[in-house]
Amino acid sequence: MKHLRQLEDQSVYILREAYKHFDNLAMLWSMGKDSTVLLWLARKAFFGHVPFPLLHVDTSYKIPAMIDYRDRLAHEWRLNLVVGQNEEALAAGMNHTMGRVVCCTALKTNGLKQLLESKGYTGVILGVRADEEGTRAKERYFSPRDKHGDWDFRDQPPELWDQYKTTFPPGTHIRIHPLLDWTEINIWEYIKLENIPFIDLYLDKGDGTRYRSLGCAPCTSPIKSTAKNVDDIIEELRHTTVAERSGRAQDEGRGMELLRKDGYM
Amino acid sequence: MSETTKPSENLNIVIVGHVDHGKSTLLGRLYADTGSLPDGKLEKVQAICKQQGKEFEYAFLFDAFLEEQEQGITIDTARTFFMWKSRQYIIIDAPGHKEFLKNMISGAARAEAALLLIDALEGVKEQSKKHGYLLSLLGVRQFAVVVNKMDLVGYRQDVFDGIEKEYREFLGQFKAAPSQFIPVSAKLGDNIANRSGQMSWYKGPTVLETLGAFNKEAARSEQPLRLPVQDVYKFDARRIITGRITAGCLKVGDHLVFSPSNKRANIRTVEAFNIEPQPTEGQAGQSIGVTLDEQIFVERGEVASHQAHLPLVSTAFRANLFWLGKRPLERGRKYLLRVATKEVDCEVASIQRIIDTMDLAQQQGSNTINKNQVAELTLRTKVPIAFDLSASFEATGRFVLVDEYDIAGGGIITELVHDDQEFLREEARRRDFAWVKGEVTVEDRAQQYGHWAAVVLITGGRHTGKSFLARTLEGRLVADGRHAYLLDGENLRRGLDADLSEEERGQTTEMARRYGEVARLLTDTGLIVVSTTNPFGLAYREASQAIRTLVHPAPVIAVHMSKSEEEPPPNTDVVLAGPTHFDAATTRIIDELKRRGVLAQAIGAKPIFQYSI
Repeated sequence: MKHLRQLEDQSVYILREAYKHFDNLAMLWSMGKDSTVLLWLARKAFFGHVPFPLLHVDTSYKIPAMIDYRDRLAHEWRLNLVVGQNEEALAAGMNHTMGRVVCCTALKTNGLKQLLESKGYTGVILGVRADEEGTRAKERYFSPRDKHGDWDFRDQPPELWDQYKTTFPPGTHIRIHPLLDWTEINIWEYIKLENIPFIDLYLDKGDGTRYRSLGCAPCTSPIKSTAKNVDDIIEELRHTTVAERSGRAQDEGRGMELLRKDGYM
Repeated sequence: MSETTKPSENLNIVIVGHVDHGKSTLLGRLYADTGSLPDGKLEKVQAICKQQGKEFEYAFLFDAFLEEQEQGITIDTARTFFMWKSRQYIIIDAPGHKEFLKNMISGAARAEAALLLIDALEGVKEQSKKHGYLLSLLGVRQFAVVVNKMDLVGYRQDVFDGIEKEYREFLGQFKAAPSQFIPVSAKLGDNIANRSGQMSWYKGPTVLETLGAFNKEAARSEQPLRLPVQDVYKFDARRIITGRITAGCLKVGDHLVFSPSNKRANIRTVEAFNIEPQPTEGQAGQSIGVTLDEQIFVERGEVASHQAHLPLVSTAFRANLFWLGKRPLERGRKYLLRVATKEVDCEVASIQRIIDTMDLAQQQGSNTINKNQVAELTLRTKVPIAFDLSASFEATGRFVLVDEYDIAGGGIITELVHDDQEFLREEARRRDFAWVKGEVTVEDRAQQYGHWAAVVLITGGRHTGKSFLARTLEGRLVADGRHAYLLDGENLRRGLDADLSEEERGQTTEMARRYGEVARLLTDTGLIVVSTTNPFGLAYREASQAIRTLVHPAPVIAVHMSKSEEEPPPNTDVVLAGPTHFDAATTRIIDELKRRGVLAQAIGAKPIFQYSI
């Protein structure tokens, strides 16, 4: 438990730094386990309050149960929820059969960019973790994006001790990653420790499958698992050697590197 | 063979060393030999290598970017995770190429322990030394040296011994001592997770055993308390002071002193969300929130401590610094200094010497520090700040410099530099600690009056219109419903200073001290004190500095008047050069009072004052 409190202390510090330095700050919430833990940590950092809007980039292909869960928590926790959508692309019929990277770029990356631009957010908090995949392992806690939202991973600014990049040229923005040091197991251990409400798609409800990572319905597949509660999940993860995002189609080949350079979350 | 028992702690490890000495390979091997790789990862990377017609390397497992794999080097630090014997390791693979030194430093600054690699065939190289020196500067005291590629030197003990001797001598010059030298072949797996059959002469631990022997950072809770204020929240009825305890511990009822403002109060509660029962104490490492028994005004950047162990306060210190900026660091240029949560403008007062990390030779007389150089220098801040020496306190004893938008350098504080305000600052501290307070606080008065206390100090040569401007400003403030008072030096001369001889009255130091103490009393009554430096004649620069020190932390709005263009004293807020339009000048000063948060933005029958921060 001590290691979870250490992770919590670090994340809370980062969230408070973000809140102090960015006048127009927002947090991305996909309703998945990671960004929900992130939301919980914000409530920790600000003593039960969430003093910035939560953004959901809605691709329209999310699993319906996720939208119900989103609206329920938004009401219960009095969240300022902002939903964005790339309506133009959807009207033109964008879907995953046009190519997964093409679809992710249009509905998620560009949907996010449109949302950020329309609201003028200069700081965006995301729940990405270093252990998810290779390019996220190379992120900074405070990571600058240029005016096109692109990530110049070749030339990232230094990050020393607890001092983060909080100043930036006009027109650019900073992505803030408080969960970088958390692993998948840590997320579930913390959900258990704090009794955080999570969406039950992560559990096996009798058919011997569950979702391990949540995304759009067409591009996310469940895994074989009989984990029926958080303890089962933690036990399962301690013994698995299957990658967390093995059910996420966009990760194939160099998908994530290409997506993330262009500003994917 | 992976040991996935429940983790009890996390440990951050960085792998550093010269380019091509095998850092990423070591990491890949460590994962492969402990069964820590996801299913199919090894096979997937092997297939990609085969397809691209190149030999498989363990390094490819973590060099995620296409460019990194093509060039065979690590560009940026990667965090990877593995679990071994109930400890979760976060391993930071830092790049060894000198072009990416800033990435190596970013990685190492997060680490609690390090593995430093040296190629047995190439021996000790430039970056081996630089990285060794920087580990010490960054405060990473636990580390082991891994001598890699032993297979290329026929596993010979004399080669290993030679490297150990040479490198120990280098490290000894700055008193760094590795826990271990380990001969390995990362490529072949000798002494990584498994003991090598090739080097029976080596009896020490493997790399994996060495990781297990690294200690979790010693508890800083034993030290005196340091709580740099991160922010003050007023989301509901509670006014919560937040921050991360960087040393020591605190509990409900403790008497806290905030430096450099010298404000004091007792801890009423420790606040937390979803923790039952509510905590009553906190210790080093925790991000906490406390409420105080008095509504004192404290700001981000102040350091809370117990009164028996105060941090240092000055406007200057000496430091060891490494520079990573795109443009060189220059003496005399302005930078933003960040020490813990304090951010303040500073300039490089002097550069004592530049240190060559190859042979630790020192070069003196330079006015600039280039990218990737290490130097000893003196920094001077615009206002006094609280800090510690890095030998005593880690977090409050180190700093970064921001150039334009980026963190461009970092360092550790080695020495306090005394400034000319030292004696007055000590007087102010002793006086503030002994100050007898009534029931009405400064904050109560501010709320009642609709503005904070402040000093408007008008400086300049003779016959520039200072007195007239001061009188105009006082009149305007009072007409606007503010509580302002004109403090004229002449009134002090005839009364308070009547005991002084004519000669003594000519001494700026004592006159400024008396003047400053009177202004301090008036600001404690909640007034906006309007004043000029007329009594000090041409010594106004010295006098205004002393007044600033004595009225601290009340803000001083410095206005400089001159008949023609001239250099105003440091920290001047409003410059009035040439013929003065007094109404316009008054408006400018009032705007500055609003900008500084002394005055509320709107005035009404009952002023609305944004009291919470």
